[in-house]
Amino acid sequence: MSKALIDAIADMREQDALKITDEMLASGADPLGVLDACREAMAVIGQRFEEGNYFLPELLLAGEMLGQISDKVKPRLQAQTGAQKKLGRVVIGTVTGDIHDIGKNIVTFMLDANGFEVQDLGVDVPPAKFVEAIRDSKPQVVGLSGFLTLAFDAMKETVEAIKAAGLRDQVKIMIGGGQVNDKIQEYTGADAYGKDAVAGVSLAKKWVGAK
Amino acid sequence: MEKQLSPDEKREAFWQGLLAPKDPQGNALQFASPAAEKAYRERILRFRTAIEMDKLPDRVPVTVFSGMYPWAYAGMTMQEAMYDYGKCAAAFKKFVLDFQPDVHWGAAGPGPGKFFEILDYKLYSWPGHGVSPEHVYQCNEGEYMKANEYDALIQDPSGYFSNVYLPRVFGALAGFQMLPFLPGILEMYGVAFNFIPYGLPPVQSTYQALFEAGAESLKWAGAIGGADGELAAAGFPTLLGGFTKAPFDVVGDTLRGTKGIMLDIYRQPAKLMKAMEALTPLMIKMGIGAAQATGKPLIFVPLHKGADGFLSDEQFKKFYWPTLKEVLLGLIEGGCVPLPAAEGGYNSRLQVVQDLPRGKTVWMIDQSDMGTAKATLGKNACLFGNVPSPLLQLGTPQQMKDYAKNLMDTAGTGGGYILGNGSFFDEAKPENLKAMIDFTKEYGAYR
Repeated sequence: MSKALIDAIADMREQDALKITDEMLASGADPLGVLDACREAMAVIGQRFEEGNYFLPELLLAGEMLGQISDKVKPRLQAQTGAQKKLGRVVIGTVTGDIHDIGKNIVTFMLDANGFEVQDLGVDVPPAKFVEAIRDSKPQVVGLSGFLTLAFDAMKETVEAIKAAGLRDQVKIMIGGGQVNDKIQEYTGADAYGKDAVAGVSLAKKWVGAK
Repeated sequence: MEKQLSPDEKREAFWQGLLAPKDPQGNALQFASPAAEKAYRERILRFRTAIEMDKLPDRVPVTVFSGMYPWAYAGMTMQEAMYDYGKCAAAFKKFVLDFQPDVHWGAAGPGPGKFFEILDYKLYSWPGHGVSPEHVYQCNEGEYMKANEYDALIQDPSGYFSNVYLPRVFGALAGFQMLPFLPGILEMYGVAFNFIPYGLPPVQSTYQALFEAGAESLKWAGAIGGADGELAAAGFPTLLGGFTKAPFDVVGDTLRGTKGIMLDIYRQPAKLMKAMEALTPLMIKMGIGAAQATGKPLIFVPLHKGADGFLSDEQFKKFYWPTLKEVLLGLIEGGCVPLPAAEGGYNSRLQVVQDLPRGKTVWMIDQSDMGTAKATLGKNACLFGNVPSPLLQLGTPQQMKDYAKNLMDTAGTGGGYILGNGSFFDEAKPENLKAMIDFTKEYGAYR
């Protein structure tokens, strides 16, 4: 049945996916097995996105389906202790002065769905807040998002603040959004830029040594 | 009955009107000098020739259609630009006179800060209201139209806007929720019942706010309109009549929001299509109305959620393009010159959107490949832009010249190209902008 769930999610059949989840849970299936199926489905969706078959509607609908499924699964998970092993930790936010969040939210969801623990600092995040979060959470990866041209300088300031705090060597920094390109990456001092959410996941995976 | 003008006659009337500008009293505009008058006409004709593609202009036209850069260049905060209308207009004038682009796009960008305060605008955050004084206003993404409200929008778009949508995005328009259903105002019997809402305090205070907002908006429009007139007298025209939007973006930007519309593609595609069909004639009317009110034919159509990476080819062809195409054709029919801005990449869309009458549109191109754009869309439409914001902000004048040269060699060949920025920017090195404009004037001559 988990194959059926994987297919339903991957093929964007929302109602089927929810129905199959209910049936699996009712028949006593392992709730963790349901979540594994979600992860497998997300791998398929990520691949279809990379191949140019899936776009924003599919990523956003996948997010909706996973949210609803995890709401169904969660009450049954509380009995089982022990957090699942995560691939790594990412601190993400939209840089100071910029309040755009759609792109950042999609990246956050995709990282989460791919097994990362993501701390989302929100929008208009000052450099000091990124520094503080890096100190507290010790992420391997930091994601800076920005849509406006003013974000270029804000990203640069944030990278510099991380450097000044002596934390630059401990994290890999990726940037993305709007007009960001290789020139901006060089200017800001980030390690890489991602052209879309799936590229961001690939970067993070590469940096934590995951496949 | 008055003779119906053909679309081409309507367009001709717009261009002729532009060539005979008036002052605010309705008299012929006094130019600063005969040279200014000559330059004014040449600049309009240079643009028109590039757009209509029937012959070569004297050289590649060049312009800057920026975001808030003119005010940053003046050293103003964004807050000052929004609240001091006189300073806003003066800074814009200085920007145009310093850089001397062929045409300018007006000083309406910052908008009147006080006006937004009076109406308690919630759709955007602006300096002092959610963003800091030095930063630009930004849209607050949200689901301002709920998933179950499509029928209400489809059946009565204006009623939905007045009674549901506007009260949600303007706090001061809460009283509009109580407005009567206007097509129900009929006959003698009972007609007065419909007017009871206008006697109630919430509606009356909404109208008070509207009177105040109207006065503020007039004050602001006077200041920025004054700049247009002074720039015209100095020889710098603007061709921009107003704007309209692709129906998909109307729904996806500020009604359902990005997430809402993307989910609707799967959850309620038929309703989404019907809503876009209902909005199409309204978007045509909006563009033509703006052109007629201002006497200027170019209608800006910023394109957002149909770019590369947002939708699949099939989704673009099914959901985005048909109603956008209808809007563009409707504008052309009304004598306008649509200026769609293909924000982001449009590489995968160029084959589709080239299906338009030749020489009737001008497309602002952001990150698309200009060689491909020229070979597809560029066969039928004038292309404009493609100078990247990162280059303007971080490059050198030499890099700028190299980029502009390459653009003129590819997109400029055979006419049908206007050099300029590809996306809206707030920051740039002035020497790069200057290099862009001066070099185009020097290298861009058609021989």
